[in-house]
Amino acid sequence: MNLDAKIPEGPLADKWKYHKGHNLKLVNPANRRKYHVIVVGSGLAGGAAAASLAEMGYQVSCFCYQDSPRRAHSIAAQGGINAAKNYQNDGDSIYRLFYDTIKGGDYRSREANVYRLAEVSGNIIDQMVAQGVPFAREYGGLLANRSFGGAQVSRTFYARGQTGQQLLLGAYQQLSRQIGLGQVKMYNRHEMLDLVLVDGHAKGIITRNLVNGKIERWASDTVVLCTGGYGNVFFLSTNAQGCNVTAAYRAFKRGAGFANPCYTQIHPTCIPVHGDQQSKLTLMSESLRNDGRIWAPKTRELADKVRKGEIKPGDIAEDDRDYYLERKYPSFGNLAPRDISSRAAKEACDDGRGVASTGLGVFLDFRDAINRLGEDVIRERYGNLFDMYNRITGDNPYQTPMMIFPAVHYTMGGLWVDYNLESNIPGLFVGGEANFSDHGANRLGASALMQGLADGYFVLPYTVGDYLARCGISSAGSISSDHEAFEEAENGVRERIAKLMSIQGTESPRSFHKRLGHIMWDYCGMARDDAGLKKAIELIPQLREEFWQNVRVIGEEGELNQELERAGRVADFLEYGELMCRDALMRDESCGGHFRSEHQTPDGEAERNDDEFAFVGVWEHQGDDKEPKLHKEELTYEEVKFTTRSYK
Amino acid sequence: MNLHLRVWRQKNVDTPGGYKNYELKDVSEDSSFLEMLDILNEQLVEQGEEPVAFDHDCREGICGMCSLVINGMAHGPETATTVCQLHMRSYKDGDSITIEPWRAKPFPVVKDLIVDRSAFDHIIQAGGFITARTGSPQDANEILIPKPTADKAMDAAACIGCGACVAACPNGSAMLFTSAKSSQLNLLPQGKGEKDKRVMAMVSAMDEQGFGNCTNYGECQAVCPKEITLDFIAKMNRDYATARVRNFFSKAI
Ligand SMILES: Cc1cc2nc3c(=O)[nH]c(=O)nc-3n(C[C@H](O)[C@H](O)[C@H](O)COP(=O)(O)OP(=O)(O)OC[C@H]3O[C@@H](n4cnc5c(N)ncnc54)[C@H](O)[C@@H]3O)c2cc1C
Ligand code: FES
Repeated sequence: MNLDAKIPEGPLADKWKYHKGHNLKLVNPANRRKYHVIVVGSGLAGGAAAASLAEMGYQVSCFCYQDSPRRAHSIAAQGGINAAKNYQNDGDSIYRLFYDTIKGGDYRSREANVYRLAEVSGNIIDQMVAQGVPFAREYGGLLANRSFGGAQVSRTFYARGQTGQQLLLGAYQQLSRQIGLGQVKMYNRHEMLDLVLVDGHAKGIITRNLVNGKIERWASDTVVLCTGGYGNVFFLSTNAQGCNVTAAYRAFKRGAGFANPCYTQIHPTCIPVHGDQQSKLTLMSESLRNDGRIWAPKTRELADKVRKGEIKPGDIAEDDRDYYLERKYPSFGNLAPRDISSRAAKEACDDGRGVASTGLGVFLDFRDAINRLGEDVIRERYGNLFDMYNRITGDNPYQTPMMIFPAVHYTMGGLWVDYNLESNIPGLFVGGEANFSDHGANRLGASALMQGLADGYFVLPYTVGDYLARCGISSAGSISSDHEAFEEAENGVRERIAKLMSIQGTESPRSFHKRLGHIMWDYCGMARDDAGLKKAIELIPQLREEFWQNVRVIGEEGELNQELERAGRVADFLEYGELMCRDALMRDESCGGHFRSEHQTPDGEAERNDDEFAFVGVWEHQGDDKEPKLHKEELTYEEVKFTTRSYK
Repeated sequence: MNLHLRVWRQKNVDTPGGYKNYELKDVSEDSSFLEMLDILNEQLVEQGEEPVAFDHDCREGICGMCSLVINGMAHGPETATTVCQLHMRSYKDGDSITIEPWRAKPFPVVKDLIVDRSAFDHIIQAGGFITARTGSPQDANEILIPKPTADKAMDAAACIGCGACVAACPNGSAMLFTSAKSSQLNLLPQGKGEKDKRVMAMVSAMDEQGFGNCTNYGECQAVCPKEITLDFIAKMNRDYATARVRNFFSKAI
């Protein structure tokens, strides 16, 4: 597998400019309309890429599984988007954002990519403001900022608690404009079920029309996957119900490398699990940690009384509260990065000091902030989040502290891409959460929106053009969906669906999904170890086998069938989960969100092993019943030095 | 709690639908309304019956995908709440609940509780955007936007495009949806250039899609999960009138 990252020559700060100006080839404007680009996904990454490529003149087809591109899961991001604007004059710079991101990722990301991300971040804000995104403003009319975890500057731009929604609607509106102009053909309620390779290049996809079940072939000159993250492998996560690994996993099966699948972000502030009828976990934005203080009772006895409802949180005296983040990480306090904050919550709960009826919860308390700033200021800042909490739990956070617990939230792993966001399959580009590129082993808050938009607006439009230019104008539109590769892929998709429909066992796809989720959470969740991972690698194939023997998919193939949709996604999760566990087992160190219990410092911090593990773990599919093969992209740093991450 | 459900079942757009009754046991009051439907569907799968199809995705009140009329109310009984955020603690043991899809001519039923809302996308495609080429716009802070204007624009921008406003309106009007987007963009300095064109294009797309007229029932505002207000309809009407007049005179010249 060729893992040449194609990092341009030159000093870090000049690489992207040089690359854009010298290396990347251009397609003449008159020729662009001859090329057909498929973009799968209409989130920030896909929506922005599709709109920009169409505006440049390419013919674009864009696909999403929802009923409208506006509903991609980017819509759910709450807290904000980072940019190194230094509007607050607190010493921010491109370098600092770059450095924070590398450090936040625990030195497991690629330097040049991260630098570029920081470099274009400012431009993203300009772009989104020009599109009419109503970011929060100060009274004088300037843009407002807040702070997010892992940073000591205020560089997060936001639109109330709905930043993702506003950014996505911005991108959606640009996409809509291009649809209206006929430059983009939009295919809603279409699910990509396979990637088609012609002579080793990505030249099309196979989809299922989710309304009428029709399986269709789409030929193109290049394919851009922006299909989001795979957190739903855990069943319970903050992701939308439809989020899946299918598109990325199908590409993996066609030969694309899957990088760092085990890097999962467990977000520290989510509403705790209430029971086994639950279908999803709800995030309470990290921005709340600007003003909320996290604590657990100091003793088990007190925690026990809270759990039994004998005392209320407010009855616990100041001295009996353990503000553990402030205690352990005085310089970052409640704004310690996510992986660290999540583990600290787990530690408190493992110690028997958890609250919530399950014992799996800690407090996020606004009492002091309300006393200091008044309820109105807090309402202005977080009103909608407080309302959301109230609706879900029935508790009023203005009066009693919120209860929170970590939950699966984001996946740093993804398809391997080079500096151009091209995978090892020529012509297959990957953007947004679906690629592995920028966040290393842990993503900082407010950086995913930044990355999605950076990829979609500022990287892919140039690098996709470069690929097309390299293929040459004679190749434009030369691939037809009659090619035998399409025939083969379509047949594969049909067979698989027929198989799923024919089993007619006794257990629902949802039930299998739930069972897989338990395995993943227990053995590949917040803490992992050798024995547990080996056990999971045993259990998952058994569950998979059972699935293929006993799943029950009701309904018909040729019509809208949500059971079939779920079954297909779960079938892929059942393979993918195993790959994650293999990666976690291979990575015999702790780094960022990947915490191997065997590797921790005496005070419980993650212990990296840079000598042996400073690489990207990239997996290659070898065939259905064969173990995947590991390849390594070594990570070399020109600018930053490996240091032990400290937020103390 | 135990519940009696009466659910709209419809095979597809061409086949007439009807209600079916289901009994559901042991629903936790901490479950959300959609989790209650998940339980129903698991039960149906067990009995070999086809589960109820309904739209949903984020389950946190922001994607706008969920769309159920519950006992006659779009999104159910709680104000400012989407169905996915409605919790069963709003109900009690033994309740009867009727569940049906959005009903409006421009939103045909696709299956069971799922409707086709692409008419909304067409309205946005007609003019619900600011033309801003990808590239290097001016620095974001060069456009000063007073906080009250930004806040007002954000109030309008909060629309999730769920379509409850249309479902609740006796005329099936999309004025609340359309005005929220046109007002957001028309309020902002960046949107001024295309203000007239935008409002006229969006209103005519709305008419073309077959949405009804607004006769000020106000039902839309009452069910809107994001509390978008009728003020925006008033603003759109003003913008539209001004645009028509300006358009008339510019043609006259
Ligand atoms: C609750 C929540 C809050 C968050 N808050 C923040 C925040 O405050 N700041 C921040 O920076 N980040 C945040 N994030 C992370 C961030 O929102 C996501 O990482 C980012 O938006 C992903 O964008 P995307 O374009 O890669 O994918 P998505 O927006 O998930 O889009 C995926 C697209 O792919 C399509 N798709 C997927 N599979 C298929 C298929 N098989 N066939 C066809 N189409 C398919 C979908 O229809 C969709 O259009 C949050 C995430 C969550 C879940
Ligand atoms: S499912 Fe997203 S708003 Fe209800």
